[in-house]
Amino acid sequence: MKEQLQKDFDNSIKNLSLSQKDIEIKKFCLDNFIDKGFPNRKEEDWKFSDLNQIIKNNIGELSFYNDQTSTNKVDTSVFVDGLEHNKIVFINGRIEKIDFEYEKKDQIEIIDQSETINEFKNSNSLSDLNNAFTNKCFKILVNNGYQLKKPLIIYHTTNSKIWSKNINLRLNFELDKDSSLRLIDLFNDTSEKNFLNIFYNFELKENAVLKNYKVDKFENKNIKYSFNNIDQDKNSISETFILSSGSNFSKNEINCNLNGVYASAFVNGVFSLNNDKHHEIRSIINHLTENTKSYQLIKSVLDESSKAVYQGKIYVNSDAQKTDGYQLSKAILLNKESEFNAKPELEIYADDVKCSHGSASGSLNDDSIFYLMSRGLSYQQSRELLINGFLLDVVEKITDSEIKNLIKNMIGIKE
Amino acid sequence: MDNRQKEINNLKDYKYGFSTDIENIQAPKGLNEDVIKFISNIKKEPAWMLEFRLKAFERFKVLKEPDWQKPKFPKIDYQDLYYYSAPKSMKNKPKSLDELDPKLLETYKKLGIPLQEQARLNGIAVDAVFDSVSVATTFKDELTKQGIIFCPISEAIQNHPELVKKYLGSVIPTSDHFFATLNSAVFTDGSFVYIPEGVRCPMELSTYFRINASNTGQFERTLIIADKGSYVSYLEGCTAPMRDENQLHAANVELIALDDAEIKYSTVQNWYPGDKDGKGGIYNFVTKRGLCKGKNSKISWTQVETGSAITWKYPSCILKGDNSVGEFYSIAITNNHQKADTGTKMIHLGKNTKSKIISKGISAGNSDMTYRGLVDISSKAKNSNNYTQCDSLLMGNKCGAHTVPYIKNKNSESNIAHEATTSKISEEQLHYCQQRGLNPEEAVGLIVNGFCKEVLQQLPMEFAVEAQKLVGISLEGSVG
Repeated sequence: MKEQLQKDFDNSIKNLSLSQKDIEIKKFCLDNFIDKGFPNRKEEDWKFSDLNQIIKNNIGELSFYNDQTSTNKVDTSVFVDGLEHNKIVFINGRIEKIDFEYEKKDQIEIIDQSETINEFKNSNSLSDLNNAFTNKCFKILVNNGYQLKKPLIIYHTTNSKIWSKNINLRLNFELDKDSSLRLIDLFNDTSEKNFLNIFYNFELKENAVLKNYKVDKFENKNIKYSFNNIDQDKNSISETFILSSGSNFSKNEINCNLNGVYASAFVNGVFSLNNDKHHEIRSIINHLTENTKSYQLIKSVLDESSKAVYQGKIYVNSDAQKTDGYQLSKAILLNKESEFNAKPELEIYADDVKCSHGSASGSLNDDSIFYLMSRGLSYQQSRELLINGFLLDVVEKITDSEIKNLIKNMIGIKE
Repeated sequence: MDNRQKEINNLKDYKYGFSTDIENIQAPKGLNEDVIKFISNIKKEPAWMLEFRLKAFERFKVLKEPDWQKPKFPKIDYQDLYYYSAPKSMKNKPKSLDELDPKLLETYKKLGIPLQEQARLNGIAVDAVFDSVSVATTFKDELTKQGIIFCPISEAIQNHPELVKKYLGSVIPTSDHFFATLNSAVFTDGSFVYIPEGVRCPMELSTYFRINASNTGQFERTLIIADKGSYVSYLEGCTAPMRDENQLHAANVELIALDDAEIKYSTVQNWYPGDKDGKGGIYNFVTKRGLCKGKNSKISWTQVETGSAITWKYPSCILKGDNSVGEFYSIAITNNHQKADTGTKMIHLGKNTKSKIISKGISAGNSDMTYRGLVDISSKAKNSNNYTQCDSLLMGNKCGAHTVPYIKNKNSESNIAHEATTSKISEEQLHYCQQRGLNPEEAVGLIVNGFCKEVLQQLPMEFAVEAQKLVGISLEGSVG
């Protein structure tokens, strides 16, 4: 893999006009990655999902160079109907379109930041890989007091032109004081056996509101890793919803730093898996100052030989008195072969806090099925009704009603 | 009030901190094959035992000291320790208590375990372990009548080799982790218990561990076998003198429960925790593991951890037999600079197995406490159940309380439920108690005892009283 990495790195550098210093930094990151390789089971955070092994078994040899000189045709059929929205379109890792048609142009700045490199806390060798190979990186800045009228949908599309490729993406967002953004990540893949490595960085200033919905719904044979870093100032709110369903393997990481008082973070997730899929959500909520709040709810429905992992950590600094942290993960195992692993973690250094977590996993409740069947439903109907209700609980947590309905329709959940 | 104050003053400082001035036989300092041979030789062990030790030592040489745990400690120099230390008077083992060195008797009396009186009073059968050797075992005759074997493990190796050979290392193999392997190589003494088929042990069995010599690691090994349909309740207590340097205690405890047998293992651990500034104290790195080998067997661990500078242990149950039950009840209290990383592992292999974990952690001062646990339901463990509850109580904002549970469910017919909370004593509760005339310390004591009640109830009577007091004392000075 080392030679491949070196070769592809040289190729991708060639097409970029970078200063010597930036090349040095990218080289440094590459060397770091070569040194560490893909994360494996020996690393505590990857205990339940050995990425190194997964890539070996599912993809084999990866290549890292993407020719991004030519444009791809944007397939408009993937766009969401019935919801007016702004768009960013990625095709095979290349930004094809940035379109804020519904917004005031002077309130949103798009800054090309391709040369800067962010350091991520609580990250791993994949951020080095990302740093070494991302060639375009934009920062989207929402100005003071501006609230986007329509949601922004980021389309992550891959098509069958690429094969056994590693795609690295990076986006930075800054939400200035009193601004707000609704962001939907929509994955749409017709490709196979690629590894997507996505890093987002969000900076929320005072009173800013971010709502991020990640929807990985459509069946595909790709491997995805996504890392969200969220820094939150006073009174800011972040809401993250993850629908984890379509990809062969997917791991979503949320690292949220509550730096300002009264900041709050919400992370909600749904795993709906079948086949041999293996998905993971890992969240780290860092309560760094007093009077902050976090709430997490993760529910899984696991069929066939699928496997879901939830690793959630609530960290409370010794300054973070009056913290309120809550975390709950529940799983229904429908098949003998399915598996649910959880590691809900609390690390607490302050005494005046209210922190709790709960985790439960098991089969569908026989009594409930009996109850429904005795009222005339078939076994299949009862089962569906129970699962529907189980998942509805999480979807109801979505605070934006427009998007809530969109997601309900996507999963096929009835009220 | 005066009485209570007196009692507190008496107990405030670590009252077991004295050391006994007694002549010792020690193995040469350091760890090598010769030292292992020395230990084996002085214990007059058969060849297979020496082989067992050397095999473990071979394995030990390639292992690395683990570093994933939360409490970090300075590197231990394993060559700078004495691996064997015994009172000289024990060289030729005394036949009865009357022949025992009066100094030793004195020591145990001071510790509140009058061996001579105990021989007369109807109470608990005690095996007292002093540094590397077992000095006395009481109530032997009565137990022998029922066919129960309760003796130092060094005696068992000679008198019951067939049992020891069969079960020693069957739960904690010589190739286990770093400290367990070290123990397998150099273990010196400990207790051996065998309860024959269908016997219900008529009294509580108890071992009392005491580290006396300085620079000595204590490596004891306990092996308890409960044959079909038998029952035994076993208690363990520990203390050590106050010393400035840290001392290592790395014990192995193996429990084996055959069909329909039940073992109840209770620990009140009160090793020297170090002084207020965190100087000195025991490193308590213990491997405890129980195997529910037979059908319908049950193993229950109860622990009250108040001592040690660092406690690092996970009493575990392997639920291999169908319908077997594993339980874990724990109170861990850390104060000053103490650190604890403790919890349990419940490994469900058989059908219809059940486990229950109740863990209560209290941290005060500058201490740090972690609950780390594993619940693993394998794909064959149909219809299994686990319930876990771990609650932490924090006192002050310089301490930490952490929860790291690992939950693995591979069986759709099994259920796992896990709950954890972290909080402090509420102002309302304190106010309520104080309004009714209790002073703040008493109020905290009462509330903490209530918090721990679920676990304290599990302890045998004699221990429960002691433990309750210990809970109050450990938290002295942490309020206000």
